[in-house]
Amino acid sequence: MKKFARMAYPYAIWAIVMIVLPMLMILFYAFSTQGNDVVQVRLTLDNFIYFLTEPVLLKVLATSFKIALITTVICVLIGYPAAYFMAKLGNKYQNLMMLLITLPTWINMLVRTYAWLGMLQSGGLFDTVLGYLGIGPKQMIGTEGAVIFVMVYNFLPFMILQIYSQLIKMDTSYLEAAADLGADRVQSFWRVTFPLSLPGVISGITLVFLPAASTFQISQLIGQGSVQLIGNVIENYFLTTGDWNKGSAISLIMAVIIIISMYLTKKADKESAGKRRAV
Amino acid sequence: MKKIFSKFYLALILIFFYLPILYTIIFSFNDSRSLTVFKGFSLQWYERMFNDRNMMQAIWYTFVIAILATIISTIVGTIASIGLSKSRKALQLAIEQVNNLSVMNPEIVTAIGLLMLFSSFRVIEKGFLTLLLAHIAFCIPYVMLSVSPKLRSLDPNLAEAALDLGATPWQALTKVIVPQILPGIVSGALIAFTMSIDDFVISYFVTGNGVSNISILVYSMSKRINPSINAVSTLVIIIITVVLILVNIVPMLRKKKEVA
Repeated sequence: MKKFARMAYPYAIWAIVMIVLPMLMILFYAFSTQGNDVVQVRLTLDNFIYFLTEPVLLKVLATSFKIALITTVICVLIGYPAAYFMAKLGNKYQNLMMLLITLPTWINMLVRTYAWLGMLQSGGLFDTVLGYLGIGPKQMIGTEGAVIFVMVYNFLPFMILQIYSQLIKMDTSYLEAAADLGADRVQSFWRVTFPLSLPGVISGITLVFLPAASTFQISQLIGQGSVQLIGNVIENYFLTTGDWNKGSAISLIMAVIIIISMYLTKKADKESAGKRRAV
Repeated sequence: MKKIFSKFYLALILIFFYLPILYTIIFSFNDSRSLTVFKGFSLQWYERMFNDRNMMQAIWYTFVIAILATIISTIVGTIASIGLSKSRKALQLAIEQVNNLSVMNPEIVTAIGLLMLFSSFRVIEKGFLTLLLAHIAFCIPYVMLSVSPKLRSLDPNLAEAALDLGATPWQALTKVIVPQILPGIVSGALIAFTMSIDDFVISYFVTGNGVSNISILVYSMSKRINPSINAVSTLVIIIITVVLILVNIVPMLRKKKEVA
C-alpha cells in the first residue's frame, strides 16, 4: 500500500509550483511596491490604500458587485420556475431537457457572447423587434443592461441545473404528508418544497455570482469599453500597464469580497436550516 | 392549464438559449458583411476562414491543447487520486484544500498568478507550452474531484486481496482499481476537455508569441465586425454538439446491446 501512496508525491510538488506558488506571488506583489527586487523588498499597504482612496476605482468595484448581484437575482427568479417545471416533467423529457440545457454551456462562452453582439446591435434583431413594439430603436450595446442580459444568458443554465438536481432528490412522500395534513399546494410549496431546494439555490448562486463578479470579457465585448468592471481594471494592470503590484492588490480585494459574500450566503442558508429544524 | 403554462415557460427558456446559437449559424452563411440583415446564402465566410492562417492556427491550437491537456491531466489526476487514497490523512486534506482553491478561485486570479509565475521564472517562453501547462494545471483538480469519490466508495481491501492473490502492484492497479473507477475517470476527462476548449481568461493571460486559441481569436477580432467569426463559431458549435451527442448516445446504445 505504501507503494501506491508514493503516487501522490509528484502531484503534490506540481500543485505547490502551479497552484500555491502563484497565489503566494499575488500576496507578495500586493503587499510590496514597484522595483521587483526581492532583495530590497519592503512590505507596504500602499496598493490597498491607493484603491480605497481612489473614487474612480471604488465606483468600478461598486458597479461590479451591483451587476453581479442583479445578474444572480435574475438568474434565481427565472431559473427557479424553470427547474421546478423541469422536475415535474416525465422522465424521458427530463433527460432531454437536461441535455438541451447543458449543451449551450459546452459551447465556448466567447462564441455565445459574440452571438449577442450581432443581435443586440442597433438595427439588429432585438432593435427591430422593439421597433415593431413601439419601444425602440434603442441603443443596447454599451449599456449596463445589455451586459447584465448577456451575463444572465451565460450563467442561467448553471442555476437551473443546480436547483433542478436538488429538486429531483426530494422525497415526494413529504408532499403527500403535507397534503394529508391539510396543506394546499401553495402552502406545501413554500413550507416543504422551497426550503428543501435551498441548498441547490445556494450552490447555483455560487456558480453565478463568482464568474459574474470577476468577468471582463462580457463587459468588454457587450459593454464596448463603456462598462468597466474590476476584471477590466485587472486586465489593464497586467496586460497594458504591467503594474503587477496594483493589479495583485485589486485582485486580492476582489477575491476577499467574493469569499466574504459566499461565506455570508452559506451562513444564511445554515441559519435558516436551523430555524426549519426548530419549527 | 397549468401544464400548458409550464411547457410554454420551458419552451421560452430553450428559445432564449438557442436563439443566439441559431443566429450565429444562419449569419455564417450570409452574403453580406452585415450582422443584422440576411442578404442571401453564401459560403464566402467559410472560404475566408479556411484561407486565414491565424484562424486555422487558432482552431488547430484549441483542439491540440484540449486533447493533450485532457490526456495528461486525466492520467496525472488519476494517478494522484489513487496515491492520495492510500496516503496519510494530512496530505489528503492538504491537497484537497489546494485543489479546492484552484477550482473556487475566480479564473482571473488563477490567470494572473500563472502569468506572474511564467514571466518571473523564465524557464519557458510564453506561448504554446505555457498555454498547455496552464490548461493541465486547471484541469487536474477537476479530474481528481471526479475520480476521488469513486475511490472512496471502493472497498479498500480490494487492492490488498489482488496483491495477496499474487498480482503485481501494476496488475492490481490496472486490472482491479482502474476498471472499478473508470466511470469517474471518463467523466473527469470529459470535464477536462470541455474546460480546456471553453477557456478564455487563463489562456488570454498566459499566452504569448502570437499563439492564440479560438476564444482569444474571437475576443481580439470582435473589436471590428468580422463575419468569419460566425463561421468559426459554427464550426465549434457543430463539433461540440457532435461530441456531446456521441458521449450521450454511445453508452445508451451499448446498454441496449447488452440487454439484447
